[in-house]
Amino acid sequence: MSFETKKNITVYKPAVKTEEMILNMGPQHPSTHGVLRLELQLEGEIITKVIPHIGYLHRCFEKHAEAMTYPQVIPYTDRMDYLASMGNEFGYAVAVEKLLNIQVPERVEYIRVIMAELQRIASHLVALGTYGADIGAMTPFLFCFRDREKILSLFEMTCGARLLYNYIWVGGLSHDLHPDFVRQTRDFVTYFKPKIKELNDLLTYNKIFIDRTSNVGILPLDTAINFGISGPMLRGSGLKWDLRKDDPYSVYHKFDFDIPVGEGKVGTVGDCWDRYYVRVLEMGESLKIIEQALDQLPEGDVSSAIPKRIKPPVGQVYTRVENPRGELGYFIISDGSVNPFRVKVRAPSFVNLGVMDVLCRGHMVADIIAILGSVDIVLGEVDR
Amino acid sequence: MKTAEEFFNILKQKFGDSIIELKSGVPLESFIIIDPLKIDEVCLFLRDDSELKFDNCMNLSGVDDANGKKEAQADGSSTIVGGTISVIYHLESVYLKHKVTLKVSAPRENPQVKSVAAIWRSADWHEREAYDLFGINFINHPDLRRILMPYDWEAGYPLRKDYKNPEFYQGMKVPY
Amino acid sequence: MMYDFFVDLLGNEILAAIVTGVPPLVFILVFVLFAVWLERKVSAHMQDRLGPMRTGWHGYLQTIADLIKLIQKEDISASANDKPLFNLAPVLVFAGTYAAFAAIPFSSYYIGSNLDLGIFFIIGISGLVVAGILMAGWSSNNKYSMLGAMRSAAQIISYEIPTIIVVLTVVMITRTLNLHTLSEMQTGYFWNWMIFGGPTAGLEKFLLIPLMFIGFLIIYTSMLAEVNRTPFDIPEAESELVSGYHTEYSGMKFAMFFLAEYANMFAVSAIVSALFLGGYQSPIGYLGNLFDAPWLIPVEQFFWFTAKGTFFVFVQMWLRWTLPRLRVDQLMALCWKYLIPIAFVNLIIVGLITVL
Repeated sequence: MSFETKKNITVYKPAVKTEEMILNMGPQHPSTHGVLRLELQLEGEIITKVIPHIGYLHRCFEKHAEAMTYPQVIPYTDRMDYLASMGNEFGYAVAVEKLLNIQVPERVEYIRVIMAELQRIASHLVALGTYGADIGAMTPFLFCFRDREKILSLFEMTCGARLLYNYIWVGGLSHDLHPDFVRQTRDFVTYFKPKIKELNDLLTYNKIFIDRTSNVGILPLDTAINFGISGPMLRGSGLKWDLRKDDPYSVYHKFDFDIPVGEGKVGTVGDCWDRYYVRVLEMGESLKIIEQALDQLPEGDVSSAIPKRIKPPVGQVYTRVENPRGELGYFIISDGSVNPFRVKVRAPSFVNLGVMDVLCRGHMVADIIAILGSVDIVLGEVDR
Repeated sequence: MKTAEEFFNILKQKFGDSIIELKSGVPLESFIIIDPLKIDEVCLFLRDDSELKFDNCMNLSGVDDANGKKEAQADGSSTIVGGTISVIYHLESVYLKHKVTLKVSAPRENPQVKSVAAIWRSADWHEREAYDLFGINFINHPDLRRILMPYDWEAGYPLRKDYKNPEFYQGMKVPY
Repeated sequence: MMYDFFVDLLGNEILAAIVTGVPPLVFILVFVLFAVWLERKVSAHMQDRLGPMRTGWHGYLQTIADLIKLIQKEDISASANDKPLFNLAPVLVFAGTYAAFAAIPFSSYYIGSNLDLGIFFIIGISGLVVAGILMAGWSSNNKYSMLGAMRSAAQIISYEIPTIIVVLTVVMITRTLNLHTLSEMQTGYFWNWMIFGGPTAGLEKFLLIPLMFIGFLIIYTSMLAEVNRTPFDIPEAESELVSGYHTEYSGMKFAMFFLAEYANMFAVSAIVSALFLGGYQSPIGYLGNLFDAPWLIPVEQFFWFTAKGTFFVFVQMWLRWTLPRLRVDQLMALCWKYLIPIAFVNLIIVGLITVL
C-alpha cells in the first residue's frame, strides 16, 4: 500500500488492485441508529463510496398534515425526531404563531425555553452514550441514560409523557408547570454539573477513544456550508453559528450563554472528536440557560393566548429553530382554511446525512461507525 | 441587510426576462418568481456575487399549487388538469446574514426545472425528494431517483393533491 | 503427573487418559458457570445497575438458565454454508482451549500431564483456536463473519510474538519450560515470585524487578488480545460486525464458543499467574504447616491457584467494561511497533543480567 498524507490524516491507496466488494450495512444493524441502509463499496478495508438508502421509516408526515387541522398536527411533529420532541413542537408552534401574528405570554416563552434546553441535554446524552457504545465503551452509555431518566421524570411530572409530549401548543402550553417543578429542576442542575466532568474523565479524554475519533471524518468548513450542515456538526467545523444567537426566536436574547466551537484540540478541526466535544460543552451551556430561565420565570396564564379556532390568513412562512441535531425548519403555506395547505419540514438529520459519502471516503469500515455516530441522525427525522 | 425589493432589482438588472415578478404583501415573506429553466444561472450568480453571497440553501420544497381545473373521474375521485407545480427555494447567507425566497412554477403535466445540485450540494437530496413526492424532473441532476418511497413505486407521486393510493404493491394490499 | 498416577492405578493407558481428562472438564464447566455470573454482576455494578437478581440468590443460577435455553434452541444453519467446516469450527475452538488445560499446574499434586515442554505446548496448542475461528468465519458464508475471522486470525498470530518473547524472558531465569518445576521454584513467600525477580539472590533480584513488571504488563496485554477481549475484541465487535465470526451460530454450537471464550480467559490468567505470580504457591505460608496437617497443603494450593486465576479474570472483565475498542490498524500498530520492540529490549537486558 502507498500512503499519502494530507494535513494530519493518511489516506490509503492500495498498490495492488483488489476486487471491489459491496458490503451492506443493512437496515437492521446495531449501530446505524435506526433503519438506515448504507451500501459500502470497499477495496479491502478501505471505503471507496458510501451510498445511504433511506425511506424505511417514511410515515408521510407531510401528507397527513394536509388532512389535519393546525393543532392536530402537533402530535405528529413530536414523532419525527422522537429524541427531541419539545424542539419539534416548539418550531411548529413558532411558525404558526408567526402566521397568525399572535403574541404568547412571557411565562409561556420562558417555560418553552426551559423545556427545549432540558430536551437538548436529554438528546445529547443519548447521542454521547450511544456514540461511546458504538466505539466499544459500554459503561458511559448506562451512565448517560441514568441521567436522562431524571430529565424524563421532570417531563413526566409536567405533561404526563416521557418521550412524545404534545405539550407545546399553538399559542401556549397544554398544562402549566407542576408546583414542585422549579425546585426539582434546580436539584437536577446541581446534580448534573459534576456528571459532565465524570463523562469527560471516563470517555472524552480516554486515549483509545481519542485514537478512534480524532482525525477521522474531517469536515472542512466550506464543504459544510455548501452541504447545508447545521447544528453541532457545523460548530464542530469551526463556525460560531447558532440560531439562538444569530436568528433569535422566543426569549433567547435575554439569556447569557456561550457557543462552543470545535478547535481541533486533539486532532484537526472538524473531526469526530470535535463534534463530540461540542455536544459535551453544549450540555453545560444549556444548564446555564435553564438556571437563568428559572430565576427569571414570571407568573401568568399559559393558556390565555390559545386561539379557539386556528384559521390563518393566506400566506406562507418559513421559520427555523435550533434543535439538538441542527436547524429544524418549518415551511407552512396556508390557503385560509383550517387545514394547512403544505407543511414542509426541513429536517436537520436529512440534510446532515447527505454529507456521509464525502466524509467516509478513504477511511476504514470501523471508522464509518465513528463518523455515523458523530453525525448523530435520528431516522424518524430523516424519513419523516 | 437587504430587503426583497433590493434583491429583485439587482436580479432584474442582470437577468431581465428570467425574473418574472416579485410577490410581496402576502404574509409573511415576499418571494421572487423566476423562470424554471433559468434558475441555475440565477442561483450561480446569487451564490458567487460578492454582495449577495448566498452560500447556504436552507430549504427546497415542492408545492402542488392545485390551481388547475378539477375533473371528476369514473370512480368518484378527481384529477387536476392544468395548473402548475412549484418549487420554492429558501436561501441565506451565513456571512452577510440575509435571506431570500425564490419560486419557480412549471406546468403540471410535465414539470421541468433546472437543477441547482451542482451549486449547493444540500439541494441534491432535497431535489430527489421533490422528484419523489411531486414528479418534478430536475434537469442535470447527478442522480435523480426516488428517495423516500421504495425505488419501484409506480403508482405516482404521493404529495400531489389528486394522488390516489394503489390497490396493490408487490402483492401486498395497500389501503386497509 | 495425574496421568502417570492413573496409569499405575488402572493399568490401561487409554482409560487412564480418558479419566485424566475429566477433572479439567469439570473444572471448566464449573468455572464457566461462575465466570458468566461474575461478568454479569461486575458489569452491572460498574454501570450503576444490579444485574440478574431473580434466578437464585442474586442471580447465581442465571448461567444454568442460559445453558438450558441454549441447549433447547433450534440449530439453524443456512443452506449455503459449508456444512463440515461449519459444524467442526466450534469443536476445534473448544478443543484448542481444553487441550491447554492439560499442562496447567493446579496444585503440587495435580497437573494433568507433567510435560517438560509445558509452556511451549500451551502456546502451541492455542494456535488451534485460530484454525477454528477461520473455519467459522469462512463457512458462515457471510461477509461480516469473514471480515471478523480475518481480523481475529491476524490479531492472534501477531500477539503470540510478544507472548513468546516474554515467556523466553522468564525461562531465561528459571532455565526450564516445565510449569510444575517453575511453580516449585517460586516457593517461600511472595518475595520469591517471578514478578519480583524469582528465586535469584542479591543485586540481580533488584535489577530484575522493573523488567519483570514490564514483562508482566506486556504478557497480560498480549493475552487479552489472544482471547479477543476488549479493548481487542474487533472480531466480535458488536456494533460493527454484529458478533463477527459467531454471528451465524445458534444453540449448542454458540454455547461451545461461549464456553471456549471463558475457558480461554481462565487458561491465560492461569498461565500468567503460573509464570509470574507463583502459580499455586501461597504468598503467606500454609495453614497445613501451621496445623501440622500436610494433606491440607495441596487443597490450599488449589485454592490459591484458582483465586489468582479468578482475580485476573476479574481484571479482564474490569478492563472490558471500561475501555473502548481499538481499531484494527491501531491494534496491529500497538503490537508490532510498541510491544515487540519493548519485549525484545526487555529480553536482552534480562539475558545480560542473568549471564553476568
